[in-house]
Amino acid sequence: MPDQAAASPQKSRLTYALVGNPNCGKTTVFNALTGLRQKVGNYPGVTVERKEGECTSPRGERIRLIDLPGSYSLNARSPDEAVLRDVLLGRREDTPKPDRVICVIDTSNLERNLYLATQILELGLPTILVLNMIDVAEEKGLKVDFSQIETRFGCPVIPMQANSQKGLVELKFAMGKEDLAAPAEIDLKLSEDIRNGLNSGHQILLSSSVVAADANPCESLYLLSQHDPGHHGITDSQWPIIKSARAQLEKDVPAWEDQIVSARYDWIHEHCERFVSRPGEAKASLTDRLDGILLHPLWGWVTVLAIMAVLFYLIFSIADGPMGWIETFFEATGGAVQGMMPPGDLRDLITDGIIAGVGGVVIFLPQILILFFFIGLMEDTGYMARVAFIMDRLMSKVGLNGKSFLPLLSSYACAVPGVMATRTIDSPKDRLITILVVPLASCSARLPVYLLMIATMIPSEQIPVLTKVGLMVSMYFLGTFGAFVFAWLFNRGLMKGESSPMILELPSYKAPSFKGIFLQLWERTRIFIRRAGTIILGISILLWAAATYPKSDSEDPAVQLSESIAGKVGHAMEPLIKPLGYDWKMGIGLLASFAAREVFVSTMSIVYSVEESDEDILPLRDRLLAETRPDGSAMYTPLVCLSLMVFYVFAMQCMSTVAIVKRETNGWKWPLFQVGYMTATAYFAALLVYQVGSLLGY
Amino acid sequence: MSDTQKLSDLPTGQYAVIVSLPHGVAGLTRLREMGVLPGTKIQLIRRAPLGDPLEISVRGSLLSLRQQEAELIEIRPTE
Repeated sequence: MPDQAAASPQKSRLTYALVGNPNCGKTTVFNALTGLRQKVGNYPGVTVERKEGECTSPRGERIRLIDLPGSYSLNARSPDEAVLRDVLLGRREDTPKPDRVICVIDTSNLERNLYLATQILELGLPTILVLNMIDVAEEKGLKVDFSQIETRFGCPVIPMQANSQKGLVELKFAMGKEDLAAPAEIDLKLSEDIRNGLNSGHQILLSSSVVAADANPCESLYLLSQHDPGHHGITDSQWPIIKSARAQLEKDVPAWEDQIVSARYDWIHEHCERFVSRPGEAKASLTDRLDGILLHPLWGWVTVLAIMAVLFYLIFSIADGPMGWIETFFEATGGAVQGMMPPGDLRDLITDGIIAGVGGVVIFLPQILILFFFIGLMEDTGYMARVAFIMDRLMSKVGLNGKSFLPLLSSYACAVPGVMATRTIDSPKDRLITILVVPLASCSARLPVYLLMIATMIPSEQIPVLTKVGLMVSMYFLGTFGAFVFAWLFNRGLMKGESSPMILELPSYKAPSFKGIFLQLWERTRIFIRRAGTIILGISILLWAAATYPKSDSEDPAVQLSESIAGKVGHAMEPLIKPLGYDWKMGIGLLASFAAREVFVSTMSIVYSVEESDEDILPLRDRLLAETRPDGSAMYTPLVCLSLMVFYVFAMQCMSTVAIVKRETNGWKWPLFQVGYMTATAYFAALLVYQVGSLLGY
Repeated sequence: MSDTQKLSDLPTGQYAVIVSLPHGVAGLTRLREMGVLPGTKIQLIRRAPLGDPLEISVRGSLLSLRQQEAELIEIRPTE
């Protein structure tokens, strides 16, 4: 078998691009064709997911498939859509121009889906039209004459129901055909003015070599369109030429783009009459009936809240078991290594640095998986768009849109899936702002710190539990408030540029495809482990070294820690953190918890030589209460505890989030900005709490 | 023939025909590309629980747009 694979030359392999509207079932078609033979990555320079797969034709030839981002039009509005257009035009050097195209169409929304399809056909590549979701169309009472479409467009038309594999064999057969004719011409009825204007624009771009001599006129058409977020491969010297050609065209034929849109819909409408017969009276579909409840002024809220409650219940209850197993596993591994290796620095590096550090992050994996699963489920069924619809008004108050709601909500469990879920936000500006503020939501790693501090603050059993709960809730509230304030500020000041209006499609509800959801779950998890893993490993080793070297003569771990680099940095930090009410020992805790917030608890246990126990924070609490300042007064006063909690509300102390933000924003600029603004806010908020509190005599 | 009004003023459940959309407004071109064009028949399905955005049905699909954009769109109510 390997010999055979090696013998088939790579270049003869056909490359298909898979395109279609959002929600047309394109991903289901891709998964059905490729199964597990998929590769997911990023297009260089942009945060657009790049998906490739492989399938086999009925005659056994291997076919390469590129799944391009879904879009309503080739006239791009976002980086994703620009990738779609640039790949189809062969403008991206990192992706070969596809030989052929599979255009997936939601048959129940034929007119709108044909808008993109006719744009694709104009590019002249041999194309297969997949008319997907025929079952939904039938349910709507639509009757489609597939052979008429095939005749008119001059390309194979495959009726399909991708979620039950219906039509898959026919599609593979069509894909494997030796020759596939170029599609028929789409003869839009355009005015003489537009034709002349476009032609002279094309000539300008040709003569200045912005487009190649053999370029399809469509390439010029899209370059001449306004509001485009950027075309790949255009040099700085070419932009003035394009801009002046744009201005000329707009002057000669005002609103020419809108006229082409109308002409295209006229064309589609004229032909659709031949292809499709509609029922006289549309009956209420399942989607209509479900939306009657799920978007109801009262029941809509009830459902959103109920789903969120279930989600958080699952995260905090079901995740508990696997989190315990992971903890046990890492402890056992550490123990085994300890038993096998002679004592020494290398052993400590492996057990205390690597195993403990990586374990501390992997422990959040169950929560992350549950969140990814829920997000996938909500996306796949079509409910996600409804949540955005309901929440849009609320989020628009701070300049975000409804799609930012779920990433923010997820971040109350863990910011990692929250940041990764921002990919559904089309507007790059809204997406960046959402990424920057979601780590302000109090994630579950802050919980151990809050619990310890509240226990220290209110040690007495007499004070009602409600006070403690109230304190906890106010910490969550403070983080939420911070997220909204910073979103508002960033929207105002940080990033200029018009925010694009939120136009959202509410797709028909459909049964989820668990295969698709699990594939996505697997992909996201792999990205997390690989991307975060390397950085986590690096920082864990650094932090371990800082707490270990230089070696002290003392056997007491507390003394060792205080004489290490970490201890010295803690001492050096003391003047800086003294105004917040902290001493150098707490400085070590703050430093260590840059890796992950919950590390604070274990570090303080080492600092104060308290036997650590997960079940019970009381020994540590009692030790903290006994700690005194040099003048004999208590160290951990309620005010210091409050100041410390407020610090943890705002501080960015999570290397996993830093790693994921770096990946999602394509560089170190934004994660560093985020660490900077959050740490500064944490510092000044804690300073304010301690200083004002001291003045008031607490 | 009744007079034109703004899409944002259309009562829930009412059908209407689009009369005009302004040119050169960011986002409205995308709305056109999604099938909201002069002469297109639409129905205002509902408003979100907080009053904004609006949900319309157009050419068999459901779209949501904000009040802000709906105010720019002239329509004529029909049966």
